[in-house]
Amino acid sequence: MEILVCVKRVPDTSENEIELNRAGNDIERDELVYSINEPDNYAVEEALQIAAKTGGKVSVVTVGTEEDEEVLRREMAMGATHGILLADLAFEGSDGRGIASILKACVEKGSYDLILTGVQAEDGAAQVGGMLAAMLDYPFASLVTSIEVLADKKLKITREIEGGNREVSEIDLPCVLSIQTGINEPRYVGMKGIRAVQSIPIATYSGPDLGLNSAQVGTAAAKVTRLDYFVPVLGKGARFLGGTREENAQEVVELVAAKGGLK
Amino acid sequence: MPRIFAYIAHKNGVLDDSAAELAAAAKKIDRGTAVTAIILGAGPALDAACTEAERVYPELWKVSGESFSYPNAELIRQALMKIVPEGSITLIAHDHFGIDLAPGLSIKLNAAFVPDVTSMQPLQADSLQVVRQEFGGQVSAHVRCDVSSGAVITIRPGAFNTGEVPAAAGKVVDKSAEVGMLSAGRRYLETIAAETSDVDITKHAILVSVGRGIQEKDNVAIAEELAESLGAAVSCSRPVVDAKWLQKSRQVGSSGKTVKPKVYLACGISGAFQHLAGIKGNPFIIAINKNPKAPIFQVADVGIVDDVLEFLPELTSKVQELRAVAAK
Ligand SMILES: Cc1cc2nc3c(=O)[nH]c(=O)nc-3n(C[C@H](O)[C@H](O)[C@H](O)COP(=O)(O)OP(=O)(O)OC[C@H]3O[C@@H](n4cnc5c(N)ncnc54)[C@H](O)[C@@H]3O)c2cc1C
Ligand SMILES: Nc1ncnc2c1ncn2[C@@H]1O[C@H](COP(=O)(O)O)[C@@H](O)[C@H]1O
Repeated sequence: MEILVCVKRVPDTSENEIELNRAGNDIERDELVYSINEPDNYAVEEALQIAAKTGGKVSVVTVGTEEDEEVLRREMAMGATHGILLADLAFEGSDGRGIASILKACVEKGSYDLILTGVQAEDGAAQVGGMLAAMLDYPFASLVTSIEVLADKKLKITREIEGGNREVSEIDLPCVLSIQTGINEPRYVGMKGIRAVQSIPIATYSGPDLGLNSAQVGTAAAKVTRLDYFVPVLGKGARFLGGTREENAQEVVELVAAKGGLK
Repeated sequence: MPRIFAYIAHKNGVLDDSAAELAAAAKKIDRGTAVTAIILGAGPALDAACTEAERVYPELWKVSGESFSYPNAELIRQALMKIVPEGSITLIAHDHFGIDLAPGLSIKLNAAFVPDVTSMQPLQADSLQVVRQEFGGQVSAHVRCDVSSGAVITIRPGAFNTGEVPAAAGKVVDKSAEVGMLSAGRRYLETIAAETSDVDITKHAILVSVGRGIQEKDNVAIAEELAESLGAAVSCSRPVVDAKWLQKSRQVGSSGKTVKPKVYLACGISGAFQHLAGIKGNPFIIAINKNPKAPIFQVADVGIVDDVLEFLPELTSKVQELRAVAAK
């Protein structure tokens, strides 16, 4: 099976405290640690496991800039054989629909049986996968937590629904699936692995290469625009305990006993 | 003024909480507008859901058909494409079903898409300004949406206060004939119920809940010790389950369990909305996090800025001290 996985480089929220910049119009990006968007990494692992069973190759693609090559390399070190970078100044300011349009053009350049995305990007909105499927007229399923390859171009999949319940369906190939975290255990990638794939060329396509014009992508085409970032104020906020560790622990024990009752 | 529609989710004839919330959200877009509910299903369940929805919506479009007895987003999207007029605003709950249905629907309707909205300003000409969160709720963003060719908007569950929704006496319009027969490349087979285990976190008065801040599988023992001393149970956030440090049956949140403890100790949990969605009954929340700006502190009653790996053992020894005194 030929599989394409869409991946994105994002600020890693488990490594960073996300803060506003001085002007208040963006997050402070100077010292941010970036990494692969977490569910995208699970998606690549899933693709590799499927390809290992069925044969075929795994390609990874990102819409971004040269800086984003590092996540392609990381996923290639996991075992993806092709890295594709879709980069063009004209892509800047694209909304979700714009990103999906760019990815659609890339899908049409190849021949894939299965396209995977992550459920949601850290700075995203769980939209690109579903949009891409609709543009391609492929069946779609979100929040996928298991994939089994069936005969005659079908998959059996489970989706995560409310309360930890799971919905089982059958889906025709080619299709687009958005992958949820926890579906597998992504393999470890070390510096050595990344160095080993450092010299493999990454195919790079611009807007014209993909047959895209500025009416379809970038700022001009965006129907949805982020105006600014701000820090929300919800509720009244916690009362912070300001004592030593021991004093704080003492107070917490008293609070728990009073509010919850110690049996 | 574009027409506004609300997609009504229901299960066995009982409306989802979002049914009223979408009506409240529509009122934010335009106070005076008459929102139309769209409801799909089959048999007596559909009739029961319609009867309930008539109390909230002045107009109701119903589509009935055996293929809608289970909500398959791939089929429902096609049905909506046939009946939603061009240029409309369609509201859908941002849950596992909305995430499945809505992005593709916006493409098919050639409408703008704004997901997971937590608040909205009144519509100004063709421009709608909304608020949504990014980076797990650490920051919010004002987002402007051009609705000149319509919009599909998903609404954060629980974000819109339904107190303001007036009662209605809706009239039902049957749209089934316009939809006709549909088929999809994805077919529903069955639902597998969530796993259960020896520890039922929904039954405990005190929960020691650990998040990614616990850092390693071995450190979960620190929380277990505290829980044992308190007579509490250990629950957790999703990344802890993804990493296989604890079983899925311990997960609190929209894709895990809904808990109603008296006291909830959030240890190294940032406070993403999918996690908070599983904490009900207004418990006393004590949050321990090394980041003073973590969103959990906005909803917690008491906050401690500290390392959980240091603080929890201290807490355990204080509980043991207290018990020793009580035993004398
Ligand atoms: C469709 C969907 C469904 C989801 N369902 C759920 C769900 O049911 N339940 C759920 O929990 N999540 C769910 N999530 C995931 C959710 O969005 C968050 O990613 C998740 O809740 C974050 O878990 P966390 O707070 O443990 O981790 P993080 O967000 O990584 O936060 C870790 C926190 O620990 C703090 N920390 C780190 N080290 C220490 C230390 N030594 N001492 C003290 N503090 C420390 C950090 O400051 C940070 O605030 C879902 C997501 C999606 C997309
Ligand atoms: N710029 C991008 N390049 C490649 N894939 C992307 C990009 N943005 C989003 N995706 C994919 O779409 C998924 C959902 O992203 P989003 O809709 O932005 O939350 C991500 O997990 C990625 O798999």
